Amino acid sequence: MQSYRDFDNGIIPAWCPGCGNFGILEAFKKALFELNIEPHEIILVSGIGQSSKLPHYLKCNGFNGLHGRSLPVATGISVANHKQKVIIFGGDGDTYGEGGNHLLHAFRRNPNITLFVHNNGVYGLTKGQASPTTEFGRHTKAQPFGALSEPLNPLALAIAMDCSFVARSFSGNLEHLKNIMKMAIMHEGFALVDILQICVSFNKVNNFEWYKNRVYEFKAEYDLTDKLRAFEKSQEFGDRIPLGVFYSKPRSTFERNIPVIKENTLVSLQNFPDIESLIC
Amino acid sequence: MECTIRICGEAGQGIQTTGEGFARLFSSLGYNVYSFQDYESRIRGGHNFYQVSFSTEEIYAPRKYIDLIITFDKKGLEYKNLLREGGIVVYDADSLKHYESDKRFINCPFREILKGEGLKNIFENVVSFALVSNIFSIDRKYVYKVIRDIFSDKSEDIIEQNIKVIDIGYNFDIKKKIDLPSVSNNSKILLDGVKGIGIGAIGSGCKFYSAYPMTPSTGVFQYIGANAEKFNIVVEQAEDEISAINMALGASFAGVRAMTGTSGGGFALMNEALSLAGMTETPIVILLSQRPGPATGFPTRTEQGELLYAINAGHGEFARVVFAPGDPLECALLTNKAFDIAEKYQVPAIILTDQHLVDSLYSYERDLKIELKNHDYRLRSVEFENYPNYKRHKFLDFTKNIPLCPLAVPGDSRQLVFTDSDEHDEDGHITEDGEVRKKQLERRYFWKIENIRKEISPPIIYGDKNSKIVLVGFGSNLGILKEIVNNKRLSICAIHYCEIFPPPLRENSEEALNILFNAYKTICIENNASGQFQRFLESEYNFKFSSNIRKFDGRPFNYDEVLEGIYAII
Repeated sequence: MQSYRDFDNGIIPAWCPGCGNFGILEAFKKALFELNIEPHEIILVSGIGQSSKLPHYLKCNGFNGLHGRSLPVATGISVANHKQKVIIFGGDGDTYGEGGNHLLHAFRRNPNITLFVHNNGVYGLTKGQASPTTEFGRHTKAQPFGALSEPLNPLALAIAMDCSFVARSFSGNLEHLKNIMKMAIMHEGFALVDILQICVSFNKVNNFEWYKNRVYEFKAEYDLTDKLRAFEKSQEFGDRIPLGVFYSKPRSTFERNIPVIKENTLVSLQNFPDIESLIC
Repeated sequence: MECTIRICGEAGQGIQTTGEGFARLFSSLGYNVYSFQDYESRIRGGHNFYQVSFSTEEIYAPRKYIDLIITFDKKGLEYKNLLREGGIVVYDADSLKHYESDKRFINCPFREILKGEGLKNIFENVVSFALVSNIFSIDRKYVYKVIRDIFSDKSEDIIEQNIKVIDIGYNFDIKKKIDLPSVSNNSKILLDGVKGIGIGAIGSGCKFYSAYPMTPSTGVFQYIGANAEKFNIVVEQAEDEISAINMALGASFAGVRAMTGTSGGGFALMNEALSLAGMTETPIVILLSQRPGPATGFPTRTEQGELLYAINAGHGEFARVVFAPGDPLECALLTNKAFDIAEKYQVPAIILTDQHLVDSLYSYERDLKIELKNHDYRLRSVEFENYPNYKRHKFLDFTKNIPLCPLAVPGDSRQLVFTDSDEHDEDGHITEDGEVRKKQLERRYFWKIENIRKEISPPIIYGDKNSKIVLVGFGSNLGILKEIVNNKRLSICAIHYCEIFPPPLRENSEEALNILFNAYKTICIENNASGQFQRFLESEYNFKFSSNIRKFDGRPFNYDEVLEGIYAII
């Protein structure tokens, strides 16, 4: 490939003009290009939501499945062919709402999957309802008394569950996002990158200005395997919002823990075995 | 000659081990054997039984009447009303704190015998096994062999201790003797539905099985798990059934044959992904092992209450197959056919079974051969690389032998594989175009249904085709159908459906339909309340059954009650 633009597949994204998704797509293509990864070497998995359309807009293998179910699909893919890079794109509703149970168990399994969450704090595709990361009290058409649940802190949750790579970036800082993406893709194990994203159509509160006044890049001054310090850092959210790698801890992956695929991929083992020994 | 033994007691008293012991013993001696299990949804206590029938004739179905009861609880004594003439009850009056003076009751002080040898009560099932084997005058070397087989995964110490208990049982001076007719010495093998499905799946190259435990589907999950290392299979216990089926779909998309299994409640959770399999044309085999619903229902009992559900589950319109095997051999063969159709036509395939079939043992000749049909329909490595202009969801191309674009292994070529749960174009990308959708349905629905139907075998006919009484059933009632046909008093023809949906072509079913149209009494038998199978056949073939026999108490049909039911109808 000559340029990251060679990932373009000619499909025009169905996103709103000015959407944060454009930045995320561009950063991702650049990250792949700089890592020298070819389109056929990746399998992108997504659920439903504006973010989940991303795999349609670049050259790649892909499975765009059901709302909230990208993690189990990706886990099945990664076990069947652990030589492929398996990457998920999802939104805050897809990942932290509908797919919450799968996220908890992905932390436990530690599959070699990279999960990018476009976290815009709102349901865009269904036009403006509260998401699991919307702040308490926000009024919407579906939350006439304001959002009555506290927002989820995905980084704190991931660190508490020993997720092997936990980071945050921002759709408005492409250089930072690209670098975090590269680290996450190269990390062996389950990597969660929460990407703060603006929604120009439905999130009038957390707009570009709002984020610009709050986000700052940090490089952890603590050992990245220090869970308590990482957890402490994950609590910082408000007037100041840190962007960077919060936690990174090498753990044996789900794929490595399965003896059957120690040496070969499962897909290379596909055969029709003789069953005579079972008939007894 | 046939004989039925019922072993009764609480959960945790070794009822299942003893029952399986008898099934193994009599099949090893060359008898035909059939057994089924009746148990409660609890780990300890309650009341369970395991019933083993053995015969010099063919036997495939539960019996209502019993020849020998072994009971470790008081409740078991109540079955005396079901004893056949000459039948006996073996029990321990001391431990049940109850003595029966009726001379059909034989008091065997299991616990006292064990105590005398310094052994714990836990061995009472093994001592009873020996004692009853001695009633039948069976050479104890056969009993040793059964113990060694059943405890093959246990330490030599444990096996030796159990062998010692067998000797203790044999040394007890039992007054009662029952003579058995001799049979050829060809020992038989035993298969249950679990093993049948498991063998079929493994032999069909299933490489990924994910599930969430749910009775009565867990047996297959664990059977495949026990063979996972030997056959290079990945098994994973998912966090829920939604995850289980989505994982299996992911594995299938990536290029391996994949399966999941559950019961009704779990299948309900899988419905959205069943529809996803239809939309993305991702092959998958789903075991739906039925138990009585609705909701949690009767967790450990049996019913055929999800036939129409399996046929109709999932939102939207897409092609699928539903097979309901009738015995362990059909379980293996139809699981194999389910994989083959799923892969060939890129559709979900459902294996419909039930507690009765998965938990029942059937004997087969030792030289049983299970012939499976396997063909890899996927494009792999070089074949994929050389495939011209690959499009995952290409419109039907009738210039090709098979007009369907083959599945390809993503990553095996620089060509890309993309699929979507949204309506999509030929490349798998989102579309809003109505004409494209129509072309997709032409393949995804119409072409698939039409062509799969051609592969569906007609129902199987048993007995006299000119009989004026015809009994029609499906799935696990096969054993009942076969035995009713074998009865010596009435001429009855039976028709068994196992490849249910899509139904076989009318022109392939002429023989069965003619038998039905010419009969005087047409009886539809099924294990549910609403007559789902009857309604399905009636609407499919524009025909009315004259009568039906239904059972919905959570128990399987037994031979005697069905024969009584037929007499009541005629």
